[in-house]
Amino acid sequence: MNRFLLPLSIFVVVVGFLGIGLTLNPREIPSPLVGKAIPDFSQPQLYDRAKVLSPADLKGKVWLLNFWASWCNGCKTEHPVLMELAKSGEVPIYGMDYKDQQDEAMTWLRRWGNPYPIVGVDEAGRVGINFGVYGVPETYVIDKQGVIRYKQIGPLTPDTVAKKIIPLVKQLESE
Amino acid sequence: MIPEIGHFALILALCVALVQGILPIYGAAVGNSGLMAVAKPAARTQFLLVLTAFGCLAYAFADKDFSVLYVAATSNSQLPLHYRLAAIWGAHEGSLLLWTFILTIWMFAVTLFSSHLPEATRSRILGVMGLVSVGFLLFMLSVSNPFERLIPAAPDGRDLNPLLQDPGMVIHPPMLYMGYVGFSVAFAFAIAALLGGNLDAAWARWSRPWTTVAWCFLTVGIAMGSGWAYYELGWGGWWFWDPVENASFMPWLAGTALVHSLAVTDKRGGFKVWTVLLAIMAFSLSLLGTFLVRSGVLTSVHAFATDPKRGLFILVFLAIVIGGSLALYAWRAPKVGLGGSFAMLSREGMLLANNVLLVAAMGSVLLGTLYPLFLDALDLGKISVGPPYFDSVFVPLMVPAIFLMGIGPLAQWKKASVPDLAKRLKWAFGVSLVSALTLPIVLGNWTPLLSLGLLLAIWIVTTSAVGLRERLAHVNGNSLVERLASVPRSYWGMLVAHCGIAVFIVGVTMVKGFETEKDVRMNVGETASIGDYTFRFDGTQDVVGPNYTAARGTFHVSRDGRETTVLYPEKRRYPVQNQIMTEAAIDPGLLRDLYVSLGEPIDDGAWSVRLYHKPFIDWIWGGCFIMALGGALAISDRRYRLAWRKQEPAVPTPTRAARRKVA
Repeated sequence: MNRFLLPLSIFVVVVGFLGIGLTLNPREIPSPLVGKAIPDFSQPQLYDRAKVLSPADLKGKVWLLNFWASWCNGCKTEHPVLMELAKSGEVPIYGMDYKDQQDEAMTWLRRWGNPYPIVGVDEAGRVGINFGVYGVPETYVIDKQGVIRYKQIGPLTPDTVAKKIIPLVKQLESE
Repeated sequence: MIPEIGHFALILALCVALVQGILPIYGAAVGNSGLMAVAKPAARTQFLLVLTAFGCLAYAFADKDFSVLYVAATSNSQLPLHYRLAAIWGAHEGSLLLWTFILTIWMFAVTLFSSHLPEATRSRILGVMGLVSVGFLLFMLSVSNPFERLIPAAPDGRDLNPLLQDPGMVIHPPMLYMGYVGFSVAFAFAIAALLGGNLDAAWARWSRPWTTVAWCFLTVGIAMGSGWAYYELGWGGWWFWDPVENASFMPWLAGTALVHSLAVTDKRGGFKVWTVLLAIMAFSLSLLGTFLVRSGVLTSVHAFATDPKRGLFILVFLAIVIGGSLALYAWRAPKVGLGGSFAMLSREGMLLANNVLLVAAMGSVLLGTLYPLFLDALDLGKISVGPPYFDSVFVPLMVPAIFLMGIGPLAQWKKASVPDLAKRLKWAFGVSLVSALTLPIVLGNWTPLLSLGLLLAIWIVTTSAVGLRERLAHVNGNSLVERLASVPRSYWGMLVAHCGIAVFIVGVTMVKGFETEKDVRMNVGETASIGDYTFRFDGTQDVVGPNYTAARGTFHVSRDGRETTVLYPEKRRYPVQNQIMTEAAIDPGLLRDLYVSLGEPIDDGAWSVRLYHKPFIDWIWGGCFIMALGGALAISDRRYRLAWRKQEPAVPTPTRAARRKVA
């Protein structure tokens, strides 16, 4: 081969990989928690701090747990998708307000709408640590036995909801 | 209103850039000097327009205009003015504006200092730079507009990431970008030469100072980034082989190779094709760095917002610019010829070997940086490549390179002889070897790596001394001072830059060999010792800063019973982003740094504390600044100043007349 073409050929290969790289999510690390029981927690609720949100109360239901925060840009992107999913009534989405301030979180929900029946508050990020959260938003699908079946890192998109979340929820409902 | 003016200025700049990228290059191809003459005023207009846009964004920050999304996202009303201005490049959109602004600064500089270039060459250079600018302006206007409005306006901003609220942050990115973008000039020269088919020594002579200036900026920029990481991240490291650091280091390696290769092309007419390739490579790696940082294909501690749409744009842009230039290279370079022949053992040979080693080092950094991506793309699993890989490939490549660095400047061009070199260098080698073996023993800790590091450092210094002595014997002048003064500045530049490497190596070697650190729990009044120093912890106080609150510890440091200094490390809390920052306290010194950072409060006023004693660490950055100083000396060489002055009227008169006719 012409040696003057060599740099170009190497570059073409690199660009190919970079292109594939764009479709992958480097932050997507297979979670060791998938297939395991949900880490237990008992957190005060955003709108009524005297009450708590705890997985024990949700046993027997298929539900989503969504870590979010008012300071998080990705959550803003994701929000319409959550609103849509909540409206469809396919599955309840429980929120976990992660490392946030109460008033800001409430303002945020008032402004953009509230898809959650209950929002738990994880001010110190302890629950996040147990779940291995390393970026919000993150969403977990939890089955009737309280086992984590799926973990989404980063914003949910209409596509993932339609292709992954809803089929999985339907399958779990029938189990 | 002001942000709209900025936005509009960017749109106008894009139009001008399109004109600048198309007409002059076409004009040069068909020999139409009227079209070529568009280049200069277009470049200057573009500079003014982007300057306007930059000024508008700066105004929005100064004015706390939170109806601009970018301003609201990266600043806050409590943020001091200098950080509000630095916040211009605190995130993605503004960094791009800075990138483009600096590109136009370089363009403007080319219009100022290119009157000695043939019209066609200058038009092509400015045209190529214009095309690069088109890409960046399009990028900004399509998916990363810094002037996007937020309606209704936010009551207050989200604040600048506290990590970036640091004097180093004010100056590190502009420096780094000056370097990155500066390679666009060498790149444009190379493309212009390929287009015109005139790759001669004159081309190399013109590119050299531009490349050296960019290289100096990049060197300083990287050093400042490293220094910033050292004192801001709070755990005493100075280089992490993070993808973003690598992204700046790869162009540096290619740029260093380019600087040397240009010297050969300039002086001997050799390496032409190789030099062109390096010029393309240096700038391509700068672009690749931008892609890696902005697109989110790699995870990194540098938390920039990522967005696949933006990633796709940059990738396409990258493919067009780099792919296009490499295709041009494959097409035109074979016709260029290789230049003069030389024996493997000659100054050319050694420079070539050094170049190959630098490029191999660059390649291995590139491989290490992209390897996780390759594996992931092939579905072979997720890994991360860390310092052990980089250290183990880097050291073996750099050792021969540095050894050659000592010999190269002393070898003759074309053909050198081993016995002659051996005779001239035996003292340098003896002195280096003996001191490298004995010094660590004197210092009390002999390890092979320590000896190796010192050997290389002393080798550079002693061979430089031999070179200078021989040089002095050959120049005219009676007194030593006279003869020192008649050694050309470019030669001084080389010596200084090489000695900068030596200083850098001493720093790295001594830190690796002798640093000590301690993680301790300290109660109020308790002491801990590290090295010869005793630290007494006098508790913490609450302090309030402009936009943070902090616990500030007080540490009295003493040595042999005498107080050395008092250090005040802080643990800051920035309420807007609810971030905790560790602000280390450092007592810097020529021979050692003392470094204290607060860990976590434990109870009753006790804290977990990290103490470091880092010998010679400032030599690492000192070495980099000395390298850059060497570069600056080289550019100030007489022959460049003469060339500019002398060649001013040498522009062929017909072209001038033609230009006037058009005007």
